[in-house]
Amino acid sequence: MNTGAIQNKRVYLDHSATTPVDDAVLHEMLPYFTQKFGNANSVHAFGNESALAVDTSRRKIARILDVKPTEIYFTSGGTEGDNWALKGVAEAKKEKGKHIITSCIEHAAMMSSCKQLAAKGYEITYLPVNSRGLVSPADLEKAIRPDTILVSVMLANNEVGTVQPVRELCEIAHRNGVLFHTDAVQAMGSIPVSVKELGVDMLTFSAHKFYGPKGIGVLYIKSGIKPEKLIIGGHQERTMRGGTTNVPAVVGMAKALELAVNNLQKNYDYVKNLRDTFVERVEKSVPYVLYNGDRESRLPQNANFSFEFIEGESLLLNLDLNGIACSSGSACSSGSLEPSHVLLAMGLKHETAHGSIRFTFGKYNTMQDVEYTVEKIIETVNKLRAISPLFAEFKGEIKNV
Amino acid sequence: MYNDRVIKEFSNPQNAGELKDANAVGQVGNAACGDIMKIFMKINDDNVIEDVSFQTFGCAAAIATSSVATSMIKGKTVEEALKLTNAQVVEELGGLPAQKLHCSVLAEEAIKAAVHDYLTNYKAQNK
Repeated sequence: MNTGAIQNKRVYLDHSATTPVDDAVLHEMLPYFTQKFGNANSVHAFGNESALAVDTSRRKIARILDVKPTEIYFTSGGTEGDNWALKGVAEAKKEKGKHIITSCIEHAAMMSSCKQLAAKGYEITYLPVNSRGLVSPADLEKAIRPDTILVSVMLANNEVGTVQPVRELCEIAHRNGVLFHTDAVQAMGSIPVSVKELGVDMLTFSAHKFYGPKGIGVLYIKSGIKPEKLIIGGHQERTMRGGTTNVPAVVGMAKALELAVNNLQKNYDYVKNLRDTFVERVEKSVPYVLYNGDRESRLPQNANFSFEFIEGESLLLNLDLNGIACSSGSACSSGSLEPSHVLLAMGLKHETAHGSIRFTFGKYNTMQDVEYTVEKIIETVNKLRAISPLFAEFKGEIKNV
Repeated sequence: MYNDRVIKEFSNPQNAGELKDANAVGQVGNAACGDIMKIFMKINDDNVIEDVSFQTFGCAAAIATSSVATSMIKGKTVEEALKLTNAQVVEELGGLPAQKLHCSVLAEEAIKAAVHDYLTNYKAQNK
């Protein structure tokens, strides 16, 4: 029995936040905490045992991604990968220029790094998105300048699941002699990700989004590209990234990626069917609801709704009280007063963005989870609308028409 | 993030809904900021708040605050209600996370707005 399934009505629908570690992954990791605990950089047999595991894992990951093992750099996860790619290229290429292009719907790791670079004199262009959250290649074409050093656009968005036309965007960047990085944190393990087909120079992903452990990820860096180091120390990662290698996590990530890729179509179809059924039921049974994002170019696990006249956090908490875990684009859950920058960039009104909720399905969810969640959404939305002054006002307007 | 009292008030709010025979209504906040609080009061000739209710668009803290604040002023005089501070509301709730304190300010302001409505509209017209 896995942890994602219903236990006393606990339904986990937040797989874009993190996933449970697959039992098979944990099994592979366990010996590296206790018996095979050596430091992979030590010269003795204990060290060699760990070094072999790291090397085998690196080769496995490289083979799956169809890249060279020397192009795989282990990191602590998605945030580090994004930080390193962006700041590393910014520093290494500053003689060429200080202009960077990204999109306005990137993850906070990218957004915050951009802000930091901007404060240091770099110029950042944020590509807009359409109402479905898609970046336009034509906009990128227009934004590139002679001093542009990097384009970074995420492969799939974490909030609305929109899959960006990265191959096309990358082609445009390359035609103009500009490097391309993509944040593939949400995409890896969910949809086919081919580094070669996308053509990207750098790609970030993180293991805990595909049933691997937390605190481990990869930055793929194409041979010949030398971003400045972000974390320095020992000789780990060919001196490019210091820090004692997290051996059990590396082993777990390799296993998790193998499982994800080998079962990709099966899991894709299964999760997409749950998601599609969920979306259909919600749209049918709840009035005044908006489905955010693109219906076609989208991750199979993602559903994002705005429930009008109510605020996201109160819906999220009511669902939580019923054992359902999801996440909200509302300002209130993030600590800032601004709602989701992604939904605002897509042109949603503030009040609608405040009422947005993300449900992300996983391989351990069931159709019963879908039914239970829809039932609780209907109940909660009705309850919150009954005390909403916005809904009362809206009903008054309808009556008076 | 929230204590049990806040969750209790939020999941089972007191005095929620519209008060049909209200003679005082106050609304504060705006939808763009994610918080609107509307308070309805039925105030009698002795300036006592006989009944009070609320409608709130907002987060759990906003709803819990509305519930507690309306309960605290029910049966009180208008003068007493005006003395209610956001600090008292927060204390009654056993505390709120720092980023949610503005919700309690909203309750205090909504009460003041309702009383203002009573004095300027209802009472002035029914002298």
